[in-house]
Amino acid sequence: MDVISRTWAWLATGAHWSGPDGVWHRLAEHLELTAVCLALSCAVALPLAVVLGHTGRGGALAVNLSNAGRAVPTFAVLVLLTLGPLGAYEPWPTVLALVLFAIPPLLTNAYVGMREVDRDVVEAARGMGMSGRQVVGRVELPLALPLVMTGVRSAAVQVVATVSIAAMVGGGGLGRIITAGFRLTDTAQVVAGALLVAALALLVEGVFVALERWLGRARRRRGPVAPGPGPGPEESAERTSPVPNEWSAV
Amino acid sequence: MAGETGNCLIRNDWICAEYVRTRGQELTDATLQHVGITVVSVAVGLLIAFPLALAARRRRGVAGPVLGLTTVLYTVPSLAMFSLLVPVFGLSAAVVVTGLVLYSLTILVRNILAGLAAVPEEAREAARGMGYGPVRLLLTVELPLALPAVMAGVRIATVSTVSLTTVGALTGYGGLGNLIYEGLHSIFKAEVLTASVLCVLLAVVADMLLLGLQRLLTPWTRAGRKRKAAVARWT
Repeated sequence: MDVISRTWAWLATGAHWSGPDGVWHRLAEHLELTAVCLALSCAVALPLAVVLGHTGRGGALAVNLSNAGRAVPTFAVLVLLTLGPLGAYEPWPTVLALVLFAIPPLLTNAYVGMREVDRDVVEAARGMGMSGRQVVGRVELPLALPLVMTGVRSAAVQVVATVSIAAMVGGGGLGRIITAGFRLTDTAQVVAGALLVAALALLVEGVFVALERWLGRARRRRGPVAPGPGPGPEESAERTSPVPNEWSAV
Repeated sequence: MAGETGNCLIRNDWICAEYVRTRGQELTDATLQHVGITVVSVAVGLLIAFPLALAARRRRGVAGPVLGLTTVLYTVPSLAMFSLLVPVFGLSAAVVVTGLVLYSLTILVRNILAGLAAVPEEAREAARGMGYGPVRLLLTVELPLALPAVMAGVRIATVSTVSLTTVGALTGYGGLGNLIYEGLHSIFKAEVLTASVLCVLLAVVADMLLLGLQRLLTPWTRAGRKRKAAVARWT
């Protein structure tokens, strides 16, 4: 129990929060890297998922990608990229690894979301004379949004977790407090850093859950987005739970 | 002599047969540690997940907290999870195993619950009508029928566990992750690549073995398909 009081003392020491090794600077690094990589992976995965989902092709790719992502250890990829030719250009090995691992949850969820849109609704939209682009923009994407957001949430949580592992390879972020604590054999610092990392991950998860709820409420206020307010599309759109198979911890 | 045998070691090539030959023992030890940590973690995870899932199924009041807590645990990054367990267990394999057990619980509890929920009510009714008590019903009717979903969970949990074990290198108990971590510090490319490839292979082999086990345990799923195929051929 001595650890708890020493951890508290570590966290209460102002010197640990300031400076280049301080909590605030590490937190800023962590958030910056997370935001950049999440934006990059969304820019790659979401358009691809929309095209694949709209045309109905590449389903096997979307599913196999997430299976492969689970089997390949993040830590190994981080080390391989760091020792590879890209290693001289820090932080690019880290960024590349983070983007690679964030793509599967984004791609799979958005693809499933697009495919789960009721075919009758899509047919109705086509019957109304909508072009392919309009079907995507006005019918499929709005109805797929809950699952797309679920994908973004799991990708965000995963990136936060992977950034912390990147500290083992020499990257920045809050994980550095933990790895430095191990080097100094300072258990209080290790636990304090772990608490900060865990709190950040839970906070990011919470923010995205709140965002999804808010979006859901906004949708309901505006009423059904798609033509045909039948129960079919609403039902499929409200299904926010991802297929449990898409889960993977980092 | 050194010029010939140590060539790829000196050049620090990614692929180096000489490394595998000279450090075979090290690779075997790390692989065995990796397998051991994974097997113990998933086995303990299953032992804890079953009663949790059964309790959650019986009472709605238990289901909420159990599912909520395992989801929160799943959100905690592995680096933080292992670090938080260090003051509890010291620098030991227990740190890594406990962390991995906690992660596997989320997947296992959910899949066991989903498998039990998918058992057809008619099968339950029929068994009760035949005088089956609750324990016999669970063991001989519900669990076998839930097996495909349970095994799917075990496969996901095992593959994730193999991958996550590498992070345990932080505490010195990461199986092949230890070699990857060591190779990072000594900039030893062959060590890192060999250990990484072995780790992926381990995940793939474990997944295939479990798939084979599932087929062995649920012969009726395949027999049905074969019979259907046979009927199709006859008609």
